[in-house]
Amino acid sequence: MEHETLGQIFIITVLSSNFVLAMFLGLCPFLGVSGKLETAVPMGIATSFVMLVASLCSYALNQLLTHFDLEFLRLIAYIAVIASAVQLVEMVMKKFSPALFRALGIFLPLITTNCAVLGVALFQTARDYDLAQSAAFSLGGGVGFSLALILMAGVRERLNLSNLPGVMHGTALSLMLAGLLSLAFMGFGGIGVAR
Amino acid sequence: MSCQPLQASNMEQLLEGIWKQNPVFVMALGMCPTLAVTVSAFNALGMGLATTFVLICSCTLISMLRRFIPREVRIATYIVIIATFVTLVDYIIQAVSLALYEALGAFIQLIVVNCIILGRAEAHAANNPPLSALVNALGMGIGFTIGLFALGSVREVLGAGKLFGISLFGEHFQPWVVMVLPPGGFFVLGLWLLFFAWLAKRKEAQHGA
Repeated sequence: MEHETLGQIFIITVLSSNFVLAMFLGLCPFLGVSGKLETAVPMGIATSFVMLVASLCSYALNQLLTHFDLEFLRLIAYIAVIASAVQLVEMVMKKFSPALFRALGIFLPLITTNCAVLGVALFQTARDYDLAQSAAFSLGGGVGFSLALILMAGVRERLNLSNLPGVMHGTALSLMLAGLLSLAFMGFGGIGVAR
Repeated sequence: MSCQPLQASNMEQLLEGIWKQNPVFVMALGMCPTLAVTVSAFNALGMGLATTFVLICSCTLISMLRRFIPREVRIATYIVIIATFVTLVDYIIQAVSLALYEALGAFIQLIVVNCIILGRAEAHAANNPPLSALVNALGMGIGFTIGLFALGSVREVLGAGKLFGISLFGEHFQPWVVMVLPPGGFFVLGLWLLFFAWLAKRKEAQHGA
């Protein structure tokens, strides 16, 4: 899709090809952290930032690996880059905002195994995005992830107050909710879908 | 003589992964590949087998190396080992079935971040001998494959009226397209979880009575 502009990539990744609701990336934190709005917002921001850093680093890395014909090392290299990016975010956050660092706690290191982050790196490679397109794609992915997380947290906070049959509690209910949200997001399909 | 109880416990471990601690239905781990690739029974089986292979190989290797891996860098070591086997699987699938490779796409490489594998490595393989780790991984892998297959077959039957590409209901069947689209994945998995929660609840009630 050579004719896609940066804005198109961004909007499509946020809405019609939303990372969580349409491509099923990053479901573990989506189901795990979406219980409360207070944790959902910083988690979304931190993940978006890691995504952006990881995307830019892996773009550079891919150029390097392709240059030396070492594509088979791609996966291992990406994982290493993401792990170090998370470490970096952790250190920066600890230095500049200790309060936020404490609030996120265990979820920060867990970003490493968030498939949305590795997904950004892998999909931008698979789609041959250039540097600016990769940046737009990862920004869109991050915003889309945060959007889904925040929407879900809002709905779940409301649901805590309502009366539900006993079997419905837990993951089954969250999945049903996610299904409804996903159905709603499919309405954006008219904008166009990433391939 | 000491072989008998060992075998029994091995069998138990195998069954634990398949049924009691089924990674998909009971522990709800590894959701991303579970939902993304299960649009057809064939894809689901391919993904399940690929994950099982990676799970068995990496758990056995990690268990063999468990005395040599320093505790501080164990997670990084596990991830590198897992990534190596995933790269292997990626190339194998590309060689064996290009159709499957194209259908699964980047999700083969995303096996690396499947929490089931890292979870098994950390919780079981790191403290147990290779044979036990292998059996445990095999059980988990089979359980995961069954979970994927349950999801994939339901979605394919409802969403396309087919199973393994063979049409089931004749020409007049109106496919329920939403089932093979993303929301269908959430709904079907949610319903399966609901079903298992209901079973568990009923069993509990029977024991109480």
